[in-house]
Amino acid sequence: MKRTHFLNALAVALTLVVAGVGCKKTPKSVTPIPARTVRAPGPGTGPGPLGGGGTVPNQGVGENNLGTKSTDLGPGTGGTPMAGMGKFEGYLMDTNIFAAATVHFDFDSSVVKRSEYEKADSVVEQLKLKPEDKLLIDGHCDERGTEEYNRSLGERRALALREYLIGKGIGGERIRTRSWGEDRPVDPGHDEVAWAKNRRGEFILLLPPAGQ
Amino acid sequence: MINLMRNLPTLLLGWLAATVLLAPARSAESIEIKEYASATQKPIPIALVGYTGEVASVLKFDLYVVGFATVEESAAQYTLRGGNSGQVEGRLTDNVSKAVKFGKAYSGGSLRTQAHALADDVVAAVTGKKGIATTKIAFKVVRGQNSEIYVSDYDGYDAKAVTHDGTVVAAPTWMPGARRLYYTTYKFGNADIVWHDVGTGERKVFARYTGSNISPAVAPDGRHVAMILSKGGSPDLYVADPDGGNLRQLTRTREDESSPCWSPDSRTICYATKMGGRRVLATISASGGTPRRLPTSGVANPSEPDWSPDGKWIAFTSQMRNFEICVVPAGGGETKLYFSGEDPVWAPNSRTLIFTRRSGGGRVLSLLDVLTKQLKDVPHSLGICSQPTWAR
Repeated sequence: MKRTHFLNALAVALTLVVAGVGCKKTPKSVTPIPARTVRAPGPGTGPGPLGGGGTVPNQGVGENNLGTKSTDLGPGTGGTPMAGMGKFEGYLMDTNIFAAATVHFDFDSSVVKRSEYEKADSVVEQLKLKPEDKLLIDGHCDERGTEEYNRSLGERRALALREYLIGKGIGGERIRTRSWGEDRPVDPGHDEVAWAKNRRGEFILLLPPAGQ
Repeated sequence: MINLMRNLPTLLLGWLAATVLLAPARSAESIEIKEYASATQKPIPIALVGYTGEVASVLKFDLYVVGFATVEESAAQYTLRGGNSGQVEGRLTDNVSKAVKFGKAYSGGSLRTQAHALADDVVAAVTGKKGIATTKIAFKVVRGQNSEIYVSDYDGYDAKAVTHDGTVVAAPTWMPGARRLYYTTYKFGNADIVWHDVGTGERKVFARYTGSNISPAVAPDGRHVAMILSKGGSPDLYVADPDGGNLRQLTRTREDESSPCWSPDSRTICYATKMGGRRVLATISASGGTPRRLPTSGVANPSEPDWSPDGKWIAFTSQMRNFEICVVPAGGGETKLYFSGEDPVWAPNSRTLIFTRRSGGGRVLSLLDVLTKQLKDVPHSLGICSQPTWAR
């Protein structure tokens, strides 16, 4: 199967002699077409090994079992590297506590606007009061960008808020980010009113797993 | 349509003027005016004689999206004569030389599958190139607030969900020559990349680093996977082995890199980024080095590049007033606009594109033969579809 054209077993089977179809004097060739071999992943074959719920078994590749470490890129290159995913596993999400602190962005921009500082500062205050808690920042976009461009732009927005919080004294190792691109609009409309609401960064408080 | 083309510059100028007056400051580049490219090839006229029902419509569709036009026999350069009672048969005649190009009958599979095989034989006999009628695609289908990945025939038929994650699942990409997809799922509370064998259903985490793990692209030789990770504090381009090991960072910028794709020799990666404040396409060696801007003259805000399997072209989306499907020589140069749409992906034949077309708030998949500009929507009724990827 390797290096062959995916699902083109058909073509491979086309070993044919040219013959006149419908011409009764010459024996006509018949091209055998094998039965479809594609298996639709049904309930029994669908993804499952990863398990459900919020935690992922330690399989496949992650920061922990790869041994790959983030390197400090120095000023002017990347942003502040993140702590490993293991530092966040098991934390519970509180999506309500910072619901009023959602920050909005300009079109195609990840700049945290002065008008949004107050909301971000309210998150800083809470995090300073709850040193055991961590934070997830979700970045979102409006629909006026291509999907994967928006997924990167949403990440850039979440990261910009993360840098803002770090600048206010919150440890970068407490904050992780996630981009939804344009996949989770708060307003499904197709006008500037909807778009302005959808270009946003949301703060989710991460509570330590029970027993920690 | 011709009128629309002619009036396009005027329409765009009007819009531009309105924008200057009404629009708030925006950092995306403003529109540059550009007309749509003309077809560079005339469709090949072919007559289909003796076919009925599904077989007739499959043949017509398959041939249309690779540059044929079905016409009356008197106007046809080729005649495909046959039937579909019990099994599909066909004899292709060149009406100019009167030569019989082939005669075949097909057995096994469904009549639909046999018709696809016949269409591919016509393409091979006339153009000398391999057809695409028996290929597969994967794509994203919106389900309320969520989305799942589906696999279907290239024409949308026989679509089956391969994920049932109940969250956002996005950006599927095939491992060439295998039944393996890579995509992003949010199932585990993060944007993680997984690989998924659609034959066995086996699925494993490929990249689950802190931050977003998005936009996977498998090299044509199957030996590496490019992706965008933000674990370093900014979205950057990375490459890893197909199992996720041996991770290497290729770019180190504050910009938001996105949508990597590979050259057919698996040596170069093309992706979208910003340089000097402008959104551009760039290329970088898969083993690292200095990124180079890919010139795309005449259009603004490029993203979602896809390198043609023959290495000659890069298709991408330009964001101006609308999203536009564009094609530029792989070394950069004059860009041609083809249709409003986004996320173009080349078929294995390097002439047909599949892309996403926004239509009345929804999104449909469309097939475009770049040389003849013949366009057909993929006829299925799954709802909002996007992010097509071609098994090649």
